[in-house]
Amino acid sequence: MSSSFLYKSKSLLSHCKLGRMHDKRTIPMRFIFQKNHASTLVIAEPSSSSSSSSEAMSSLMPATLSAISAAQKLHSGPITILSDKAIDTSSLPSAVTSVLHIGASSSGTPDKDKSLCGSLLVAENVSAHIQQAQTLYSFSHIIAPATKFGSNILPRAAAILGMSPITDIIEILSNDTFVRPIYAGNALAKVQATQNVKLLSVRTTAFEKAAVDGSPAATVINLMEEKQVPPPQTLTEFVKENVSSSDRPDLATANVVISGGRGIKSAENFALLESLADKLGGAVGASRAAVDAGYAPNDLQVGQTGKCVAPELYIACGISGAIQHLSGMKDSKTIVAINSDRDAPIFQVADYGLVDDLFKAVPELTRQL
Amino acid sequence: MKILVGVKRVVDYAVKVRVGSHGVELKNVKMSLNPFCEIAVEEAVRLKENKGAGVSEIVALSIGPKQCQETLRTALAMGCDRGIHVQTDLRGDYMELQSDAVAKLFQKIIEEKEKDADLVLVGKQSIDSDCGHVGPMLAGYMSWPQATFAAKIDVEGNGLLVERETDQGTETIRIPKLPAVISCDLRLNEPRYATLPNIMKAKKKKIDTFQAEDFGIDLEPKNKVLEVFEPPARKEGIFVDDVNQLIDKLRNEAGVIP
Repeated sequence: MSSSFLYKSKSLLSHCKLGRMHDKRTIPMRFIFQKNHASTLVIAEPSSSSSSSSEAMSSLMPATLSAISAAQKLHSGPITILSDKAIDTSSLPSAVTSVLHIGASSSGTPDKDKSLCGSLLVAENVSAHIQQAQTLYSFSHIIAPATKFGSNILPRAAAILGMSPITDIIEILSNDTFVRPIYAGNALAKVQATQNVKLLSVRTTAFEKAAVDGSPAATVINLMEEKQVPPPQTLTEFVKENVSSSDRPDLATANVVISGGRGIKSAENFALLESLADKLGGAVGASRAAVDAGYAPNDLQVGQTGKCVAPELYIACGISGAIQHLSGMKDSKTIVAINSDRDAPIFQVADYGLVDDLFKAVPELTRQL
Repeated sequence: MKILVGVKRVVDYAVKVRVGSHGVELKNVKMSLNPFCEIAVEEAVRLKENKGAGVSEIVALSIGPKQCQETLRTALAMGCDRGIHVQTDLRGDYMELQSDAVAKLFQKIIEEKEKDADLVLVGKQSIDSDCGHVGPMLAGYMSWPQATFAAKIDVEGNGLLVERETDQGTETIRIPKLPAVISCDLRLNEPRYATLPNIMKAKKKKIDTFQAEDFGIDLEPKNKVLEVFEPPARKEGIFVDDVNQLIDKLRNEAGVIP
């Protein structure tokens, strides 16, 4: 940060409300955000419920790290995170200059109430805080990961701000020109935003995660103590969440995914894929056909409806390769297909195809590894 | 309860699209009711069949060229009571008519024609533009509660209990009071096939037509599509003979296993 931003005058600093001020070099927010200068607000993906909601501070999710590296491609201006909880500055990429949070109180008391967390994260509340942040700091860009969370809140925030959002971006060409897939990824559209605030979401598999090298000078601000705090919303109430927990890596970020289709024939047979996944330290996925047939739960579904994955290695077993499934995995670095039907469309995207009975091939593969 | 359901006419999901000089080729291509809109229609009809929900009327709304009348007839045959066609020849597959204009047209229809609409059901996304914006944007413009990616909808008192898909599984949210906007996901229901008698009955149901330009909305795309192109083709793969060869390739050629 250039030294022109360093103001040591006490009277100036006293105008600024800061969550943490132990570092003299902490930069007052009002001097970073000058109108008409490029600056980006990154909406952080909430931590999954498996990480303790009783932590006062948290670290950033992989989806947020991808959104931050996407933000770095927009312009060289400051990057701010909007999070439900305060973030420890050692858990931030150095590119992040400030954190705005809407949950933990300024005294750092842990928030043990999961229901409160869920309520904070409903679209009506998050988009109201995005509006608050925009009123206070006039960002030129607001960017979220294109997860179900981001897809729920970003369009509502865009409507409230009078903007037309561009979502599921896979490439950033400049601060106003982007590429996004249409028609299940069978066509790509190069699109230019013309409005003065760009509301964007990015496909996390298209952007490398920003390195968490720490940002000790970053400002951490509790938006609940700033001006323009939105009134508590009463439109929706969070009741509960239903989360499947697993020791396996998360499907969306795993380096290896073993996926099963209709050819698996039963839920019990999915154990074959689980053994292979365990050997390779990977996650298990499923095609829509397998989920519809009850062989796997829907949060394993990969495809146009379901998760979009791009692991180093994707092994598709008994999956025919419908367009909708391909759109969710064709950006994988290496694709292997195991199917007894040589004409299955999946072989057209596979790097390595094995025409064989998966009930022979998969156990043998597991054994040999 | 009065329900407004959005139904979009899109390229059929089984069609392998081709990219032409002005976007995806639509000439002579099979068009159908967007699968997620179909799920929304089915849910509206099920809510009406559930007498406890007190649904008085289901109105289907479609925005697009004159062939949208066919899309509306499908929705009517599934059980909607009447249709509204907002006519425009602007392309709705991201090229010309974009989500902000569509959501604003929905808003105008609600505010000017269907003031007593209690629930708007839309599909979670259309399979051409793949945006998924109209539901949450409409909720934002109207300051109404929203529930996206709905997997289950139950009537509870004056409101709704909705189970919606999240990145980790599902969550349940309560909408204490209507009106509201809900976008429908895959697992919500399995749509019915319209029976022949219902298809015949649908021919007599009313469809009102309006012109999109008459609502005072700026229909120009705020995000200009500069180019549409095909994604780069993957390098052609090979068939391996057996598991040993596969392991060899993965280990020594692709370098993806230790």
